[in-house]
Order: sequence, then structure tokens, then C-alpha cells
Amino acid sequence: MALVVHMLILVGVVLLHVAYATYFERKVIGHMQVRMGPTRVGPLGLLQPIADGIKLFFKEDVIPGCADRTLFYAAPIICLVAAMANLAVLPFASGLVLAKINIGLLFVFAMSSLASYGVVLAGWASNSKFSFLGGLRSMSQVISYEIALGLSLVGVMMMAGSLDLSEIVAAQQQSRFGIYAIPQFLGFFVFVVAMLAETNRAPFDLPEAESELVAGYFTEYSGIRFSLFFMAEYIGMLVMASIATICFLGGWSGPFAVPHVPFFWFAAKIYGIMFFYFWLRATLPRYRYDQLMSLGWKVLIPLALLNIVVTGFVKTIF
Amino acid sequence: MEPLAIAEKIKNQFPAEVIEVVESRGQVGVIVAREQIGAMCRWLKDEPELRMDHLLALCGVDYVAKNGTYEVVYNLCSIPLRHMIRLRARVPADDCRIDSVTCLWRGADWLERECFDLLGIVFDGHPDLRRILLPEGWEGYPLRKTYPLRLPAEQEWQGYVQLKELSRELSRFDFYSDMLSNQAKAGANEAKK
Amino acid sequence: MMGTEFRNLAVPVRDGESELFTVQMGPQHPATHGVLKLNLWMDGETVVRCDPDAGYLHRGFEKIAENKTYAQFLPLTDRLDYISAMANNVGYCVAVEALLRIEVPLRAQYIRTMVAEMARITGHLLWLATHALDIGAMTVFLYCFRERGLLLDLFEELSGARLTTTYTRIGGVRQDVTARAMEKLARFVEEFPSRIAEYETLIDTNRIWLKRTKGIGCVSAEQAVQLGFTGPSLRASGVDYDVRKHRPYCAYDKVQFEVPIGVNGDVYDRYRCRMEELRQSALIIRQCLEQLPPGAIVADNAPDLVMPLARPRQPMAGSSLATGYIELVPNNDVYPEGDVYVSIEGSKGELGFYFVSDGGGRPYRMHIRSPSYIHIGGLATVCEGVLVADVIAIIGSLDVVLGECDR
Repeated sequence: MALVVHMLILVGVVLLHVAYATYFERKVIGHMQVRMGPTRVGPLGLLQPIADGIKLFFKEDVIPGCADRTLFYAAPIICLVAAMANLAVLPFASGLVLAKINIGLLFVFAMSSLASYGVVLAGWASNSKFSFLGGLRSMSQVISYEIALGLSLVGVMMMAGSLDLSEIVAAQQQSRFGIYAIPQFLGFFVFVVAMLAETNRAPFDLPEAESELVAGYFTEYSGIRFSLFFMAEYIGMLVMASIATICFLGGWSGPFAVPHVPFFWFAAKIYGIMFFYFWLRATLPRYRYDQLMSLGWKVLIPLALLNIVVTGFVKTIF
Repeated sequence: MEPLAIAEKIKNQFPAEVIEVVESRGQVGVIVAREQIGAMCRWLKDEPELRMDHLLALCGVDYVAKNGTYEVVYNLCSIPLRHMIRLRARVPADDCRIDSVTCLWRGADWLERECFDLLGIVFDGHPDLRRILLPEGWEGYPLRKTYPLRLPAEQEWQGYVQLKELSRELSRFDFYSDMLSNQAKAGANEAKK
Repeated sequence: MMGTEFRNLAVPVRDGESELFTVQMGPQHPATHGVLKLNLWMDGETVVRCDPDAGYLHRGFEKIAENKTYAQFLPLTDRLDYISAMANNVGYCVAVEALLRIEVPLRAQYIRTMVAEMARITGHLLWLATHALDIGAMTVFLYCFRERGLLLDLFEELSGARLTTTYTRIGGVRQDVTARAMEKLARFVEEFPSRIAEYETLIDTNRIWLKRTKGIGCVSAEQAVQLGFTGPSLRASGVDYDVRKHRPYCAYDKVQFEVPIGVNGDVYDRYRCRMEELRQSALIIRQCLEQLPPGAIVADNAPDLVMPLARPRQPMAGSSLATGYIELVPNNDVYPEGDVYVSIEGSKGELGFYFVSDGGGRPYRMHIRSPSYIHIGGLATVCEGVLVADVIAIIGSLDVVLGECDR
């Protein structure tokens, strides 16, 4: 029973965060682009995400005539479930974790790979060419960057000696610098780039490149199903930001302890990374598909491998 | 080179082809027969003294009421030598054909298609001559002077008639039409009471 | 599932191409700048063949012109390249004046030069905004619109409208410029070069931008002339052709400016050419402001807005409207017969008008040489063998406006 309550609290908190991440994004990018962002709904536009949610919920759910209905229905749910499942293993503070499992990191990888099924199925089931191309692009992009992402974290695993996310944080606190981002700078760099690609964010937002593919794999979706994809994307961002925080930035530990708010530093770091996401989106143009692939295979994977080798050497010598 | 001198050169090179040289507002037009238009353009383009490498514009004009011909007008200019000339090739109305110049200027492709689309002049040797601005099934050539500006409803172009029917049919799904019809119903009900 | 789908395509699939993936990009597509439609035959992400389809915005301007007086057609020129309507107004009026032999006073010439360059800046700013957005750089879009807004405010002050200006008149301009507007313009010109530098910091040396634009969509000088390209799209290939220098009109022979020339003719060079043109335009406006002479703004022999009609309207078959016209001056010698081709350098390229007059108050025939039409015609050649993302970059770099293309 307690578990169910915890789960509901977690889902509620995360969905609220997703809603306000969109608000945050619109405000941040707005101010970067000499405009205001949302201001009309509520004070400072604070109720905008709620209004958007209600609007999307009540919109007509249009399904293309020749779509494969079963898959069309299933695709957004697969995406959302895969993204949500990650939340179970994330430690937000010491002991504040829903399911403490000793292969936490592997579980996160497995789930984020599963999300790409949702995307490719959405592209296929819509029976639209733009969706289809978007789905294919996403599939190959996720597969390529998954490798770089996994390899970049091997260094962390070697240093921490564990796959359990809580233990990685604990090991970091005892390490010399307190965070792994300094000794593992190469791994951190590869991780950040692969993280952007994994979550389909600018400058790697090719699967939903609006100038080429209209909206990519969810071109044909509308209403609540569209918002499921949207939520999945933002939860994915939150999850990836959490992994970066946990594995490289020291998790919930900070320069000083904030009383009564054990997850203060965790949240602050996540929002720092989210800000970084938005900052990139406002600044950078989009990569081309083949350039993205060559970046992944020719630069990131060799760098990640080099990082593993160097980490191994250093660990053996000292 | 002065435009009149260019016209003179054309006259010397193609004496049989040039019908008339007209000057208008400081610009010179050479009215020519249609038969050698390809060779003439090639010569204008390759002749080192002229080098008319830029096709400014290509269009057709309807002179059927005046002398029973259409004219295809080529405005040519030379980018390196900075001079221009106008060729006006006469095409008889009963045999609307002329050689294409797409092999000389690929940019002439769409210009000739437009000319075909709007005036019905056929360009022999054009790689892909079909309607471009108007819909595929359009009847008639609108830039001809005989083309009526408005037709009675029963003679209207079928494609347009079908489109109007379709839009009337689809207007059922229109949000506002729904609202209006509801209002009309409510109004009628109130009138009954 | 996709296999069965191929048979229902609107575009016939030719033999030997049945393995290709066909996409109809447009006419409703966020990156085709209006209602351009491209039929693409793709092998994976590579475009094997591209067939642009125009005409979705065809309004029959050339036919309308034959049935309106010269003055009546003027407002319609706003709807050609609706992004820089002022330049179209100037082009049309310059052509009609050449046909009707009207001398425009010097002050009006300068004002026209000024507004034409302002139109070029608005056009280029919109081009940069959308081009950058197509490649994914979103912020440039809003920066450009900030400056474009300032210029549109000035248009509003000059003509009363922001987009459909109809500012010039045959023989001059609608009304004189105000001192306040000129002051604002001077301030704008003063500040604008620093704004250009601001756009450039965002994209000019950005590695992703360079990767997306350098060596993409190369057009050689010879090819560009063959295809009939004009304007920055031609100059980026290294051909020195600018109507402002070749056949000067308005006051362009009285101001100093340079014509930026590219080398490679790729998307990046076209981008650079336009950025330099923005600077040159600001320079031209500044010179015009300094030199602006006093005097009349409309020629003495300018025709009245209600122009005399020489021949009755074309009969409308089966319509009672045939008698609905008003014949003002039934005189065949109002204007001399003849034909003339006059072009100006619009922001997209050479905008030309070919007029044939039969002596009446309406053009016997008017042909508009619109640069966008010719650029889209050349798109098929440039887009062969590139990736689908490059098609978007190329469309953006050629800077097409469909209102002008379809007329």
C-alpha cells in the first residue's frame, strides 16, 4: 500500500515538473529571443501549462484513415511507459528511491532503448511518409547514440565499482573531487552529447525536424495522444538529466546541506542541465542526418572507448 | 554595342529571316520568322562580339486580331558586354509551333511551359511541355485575346464546378457553418413559438 | 503496408523508379515558404529526382493587367513579392514611365531609391529569418523580425500600410517623406550594421551552420547563367550582374555602392552575399538621406489616377456585365504604341516588366519576369542527388516567394 502511495506521489510530482519544464523552456527561450514567453494565463503566465494540458486533453483525437489502429494506439503508451519506468530507480536523495536495485543503470538503458520502439511504431502506424522517415531516423539515431551513451558511463562504473545508482553517488562523495565530471571529463562530454541525441533535442532533433519532416514521427497525432509523446519526451529529458547528475555531478550532495530539503541539490542540478538543454535549442542550428551519424560513430564512440582505456590504466596504476 | 548595330548584324547574318527592325523607347526589337530561331539564338549566344548569354525574359503576345500571328518575345542581354536586344518571332495562328531554346538556356524551360500554358504555343523539342500555372485539365489558353473573361455558369470549367460542389459538401464539417445552422434552427423554433 | 501504398500515388511512378520513395513536399509544409510543392523521388534520404510544381497561387495577373488601366494595376504589384512590396511598386512604375515617356523629378528618384533599398533590407531580413529557421537556428528569426518591424513602421509612416504599400505613383511617389520619418530612418541606418554583426555572431562561424551550408547546392557560374538565375543567387556563383549597375534606374547612378560577389555558389556563399548586400543597402540609404534634393515629387505630365481608356473592355461572353464599363476618352492616340522591357534589381533578383502598348490606356500585354519563378524552375537541377535536409537549405538559400512566382 505504501508503495502505491509512493508511486502516485512520484508520478504526480514528475508530471508537475514536466508541465513546468515546458513553462521554464518557453520562458527561457523567450527571453533569449527578445520576447516574453507566456504571460497571459495566470500571474506571469504560470497557469499556461495547465491550460495547455486541459486543451490537449479535450481536443479531438484524429486518427488517419489508413493508420494501423492497434499500433497507433499503442505507440504513445509504449513511449510514456518506458520513460516513466525509469523514474522508479532514480535516487532523488539518500534513501529516497522507489526501487533500489543493484542494476539501476542497466535498467535505465534498457528502458530508454524501449522508448525508441514507441517512436518507430508511431512512424510506421501513422502511414504517413513524413512520420515514417521520422521514425526511421529516430530508430537509427537512438541505436547509434545508445552505444556512445553506454560506453561513456563505463568509466563511471569502473570508478564506482557498482551499477547501483545510489552507490555511484556514495562512491562519488568519497572520491577526491567529489564529482566524477572532473576525472571523467571525456566521459562526461560524450555523455552530454549522446544525451541530447538520445532525447531528440536540438541540435539533434532530426526525428522531429519541423522544417523537413513537418513534425516527424508524431505528425499525425493530435490531442491527448500527442501530449503523451510530449510528456514522454520531457520525462526522458528529466531522466537523462538525473542520470547525468547522479553519475557525474555528485547526485544529491552539495557544498552545504540544506535542512529539510534533502533533494535540493539534486533538483538544482537537474534544472541546471535543463537550462542547458534550452540554451542549446535557442542557439544551435540542426545537424544533418548523415553528419549526425558520422559524429556518433566516428567521434563519440572512439572517444568513449579511449576514456575506458585511460580509466582502466589509471585505476590499475594507482 | 548599340542595339541598332546588333540588329544590323543579325540582318546581315540571317537576311532571309529578319522581317522588320522596330525601335521603341530606345530599345530595339527584331521581328523574325520562326524557322531559324534556334540557330539565331545560338549564333547570338556564341558570337564573340555579342555574347548574349542571359535570357532575360521569354513570353508570348497575341497579335492575331492585328496580323494573324502570335509572337514569342525573347529579351536577351549580355552580362559581360552589357547590351540587350529583343527578338520577336512570329508564329502563325493556324500553326502554333516554334522551336524550343531550352538546349541553349535551361532557364527557358519553365518560361516556355508558361507560354504554352497561357497562350497555347507549342515548343518543339521542349523536354517536358505540360501545363504549369493552371491545373492539368484546364480548357483553353487564357492570355489569348479571344478568351472570355467570364462564362455563364453552365459553360464554366468542369474542374472549378466540381471544386465548388466539393467545398459545399465539405462545409458541413465546418465549425462555423454548424454553429450558424444551429442558430438558424433556434431562430426558426422561436418563430414557431 | 508501404508497398501497397505506392500504387495509390497521385504522381505516376515511372518504370525503374518503383523502388524509390516518393514524397510530395508541400503545398502545405512548414519549410516550403508558401505554397511551393515539390514532388521528390527519394532513395532513402537522398533525393534522386525533384519536380517542383508551381501555380497554387496563380491569380492571373497578366490577364488582369490587360483589362485594367496602368494606374489601376499598381496596387496589384504589392501582391507579387509581398515581402518587399515597395520594390515591386518602384519596378512597375519605372517600367510604365519608360513606356509612357514620363520624366520623374529628382527628389522622387531619390525617395524611390531609398524605399527600394528599405524593401531590399526587409526582404533579406525575412529571408535570413526563415532560412536560419529552416536549418534549425531559431533565435535569428526573432532577431531579424525585430529590425524588420522597425522598417515596417517606417513604411507605415510613409504610405499608411505595412505590407501592401502602393507608395509610388506613375510619375513620382504618393506623398513626400516627413522629416520625422527621415530622422528615424537615419537612426536605423546608423544602428543597423551592428545588428547585422549580431546575426553573424550567432551563425556565421557556427560549426553546425558551416557544415550545413558549405559545399551544399553548388551552382557554377556557367550553370547559374544558363538557368537564368539573377540577384544574389547569381552573384554568389561569381557572376557580376546587377541591374542597378548594368542598367541604372532611379538614383542608383548617383550613389556609391559595391556589389558583393561570391566564389563557390553554394548555400553559404549565397548567405554571405545577402549579408553583405544588407550592409550595402544601409550605405545606399545613408547616401540618399544626405543627398536628398528638394523639389517636386510627381512629374508634371504624370497621368491622373483615373486614366483615359482608349478601347472598350473585352466582351464577356454571355454576361450582362459587358456593358458595365465607363468609357472615359474614346481616343486611340492617348499613348504611343510600342513595347519596352524594363527591369529592376528586386531583393530576390531581376524583376522585369515587358509591356506592349497598342496606344490604349491599358497595356495590350504585360509580362512579369519574376525571379522566383525562374529560381524555382532551376531547383530541379540544383536539388539532384542531395539529401532531403539539403533541399530545405537550398530552397531557403534561393529565396523564393510564391506570390511572385505564380503571379
